[in-house]
Amino acid sequence: MLLSQYLKYQTERNLYLGQNFSRHLVQKNITPEEVISIHKVALEEIQELGMTDTMIISLDFLTEFMIQYGLALREHKILVEQQESMNHEIELAAKVQNTMLRTKKPELDGVDIDFLSVPAGKMNGDYVYFQDDDSDFVGIGVADVVGKGIPAALCMSMVKNGLDTLGQASISPAYALDVLNRIVEKSVEDNMFISMFYGRYDNEESVFTYASAGHEPALYYCAREEKFYDLDESKGLLLGILPDVHYMESSIKLAKNDMIIIMTDGVTECRTENERFLSRQELIDMIYNVKDETPGDLAHSVFKALEKFQAFHQRDDFTLAVIKKVQ
Amino acid sequence: MDVSSVSILTEWDIVAARQMGRSEAKTIGFGAVDQARITTAISELARNIYLYAEQGSVTIGRFEKDGKVGIRVIAEDQGPGIGDVQLVLQDGYSSSYGLGAGLPGVKRLMDEFDIQTEVGEGTKITIVKWLS
Ligand SMILES: Nc1ncnc2c1ncn2[C@@H]1O[C@H](COP(=O)(O)OP(=O)(O)OP(=O)(O)O)[C@@H](O)[C@H]1O
Ligand SMILES: [Mg+2]
Repeated sequence: MLLSQYLKYQTERNLYLGQNFSRHLVQKNITPEEVISIHKVALEEIQELGMTDTMIISLDFLTEFMIQYGLALREHKILVEQQESMNHEIELAAKVQNTMLRTKKPELDGVDIDFLSVPAGKMNGDYVYFQDDDSDFVGIGVADVVGKGIPAALCMSMVKNGLDTLGQASISPAYALDVLNRIVEKSVEDNMFISMFYGRYDNEESVFTYASAGHEPALYYCAREEKFYDLDESKGLLLGILPDVHYMESSIKLAKNDMIIIMTDGVTECRTENERFLSRQELIDMIYNVKDETPGDLAHSVFKALEKFQAFHQRDDFTLAVIKKVQ
Repeated sequence: MDVSSVSILTEWDIVAARQMGRSEAKTIGFGAVDQARITTAISELARNIYLYAEQGSVTIGRFEKDGKVGIRVIAEDQGPGIGDVQLVLQDGYSSSYGLGAGLPGVKRLMDEFDIQTEVGEGTKITIVKWLS
């Protein structure tokens, strides 16, 4: 019917009707070979065409091709469905992860502590942990699994369990890393490494003590000088490389409005569209511009600025934690 | 029930198997599209024998069960067998990666599909399509 119309009047309208019809056929899972067969029957019915046998036979040849296309199409549909259900599973896994790893930000008079962690994909390979009890101490761990995505995220539950067993906020950062290193070394495959920064703030003395297992150097902001310094005296070995490692720790005294900013390499290794890396100075300038915001807002503002720097294509998990002495 | 058989030794035997399948399907009463589908399925099985088992046979015949009429094709070889059947029947598997052909394609083109295979002993794949 449609065909005979089009053969008579080759209008765009008739083609459009044909398009609608074909949409309908695709929806109903009609295979391409069946479409040809419908076409063939229609041709044979329109007698005035005087279809020759050769022309009809040529359609059989076409059918042979279309069977392959039809199979590919159907397989494609099935693969898309599979992908959807996989995505769904990953989303559920991410939710489970979030619940499992949820950490409450500590409340301590005189200090404001906050953080922001945004995964590049659905699951986060960065992790921020707080060790908080009724003492004057608060512990903060920031970990980053080398690699990202699902395997990295799974690794994090182990880090959390390790930190949970340490128990106390007053624990020494170097000791915390020694213990975690042993746990990670024993339970993770050889090709998985974790970098971690562990710090402890002593509210009574206003002293921040820290140790690093191959982690990005944290920044110290000195409010009096309005200047940033790297805290990188102790860039130890990544967790999980050697069984017996002893980490070094250092301390720094904080004055009012001083800050410690702990990051993962999702912050420091940002790249522009043209593969230009963010320089340390650019990062410091970004933070300087928002230094008077609260820690939560500051983390958020830096994330926004970096999102723009990367042309809205975040490649690695982003984590930034801020400890600010406010009194 | 009359059946005919082709041994698969060279690539041209695949053509012979196709030929036999198409004419048998026509005799049984399948339409042009189904004839082409059955032929494609036979082609895939025969090609697998030629590629992976080096030699074997394809047997084709009219088939009746529970009052239904159809065509049955048995592709059999004493080749290396298939280790992980579940894997090769998975969509997207096969060296043609997501082109839909291969064993999952065969399964889809036909109404019934059965595979018996033992590593080191061989493979027997039976497929049926019913006249409807
Ligand atoms: N008769 C057979 N004997 C041994 N192995 C076989 C046989 N048939 C299939 N296989 C194995 O199963 C796999 C999947 O076969 P299948 O026909 O689905 O895909 P393929 O032959 O790899 O690619 P194509 O899509 O081109 O057919 C083959 O790669 C082969 O390893
Ligand atoms: Mg094959």
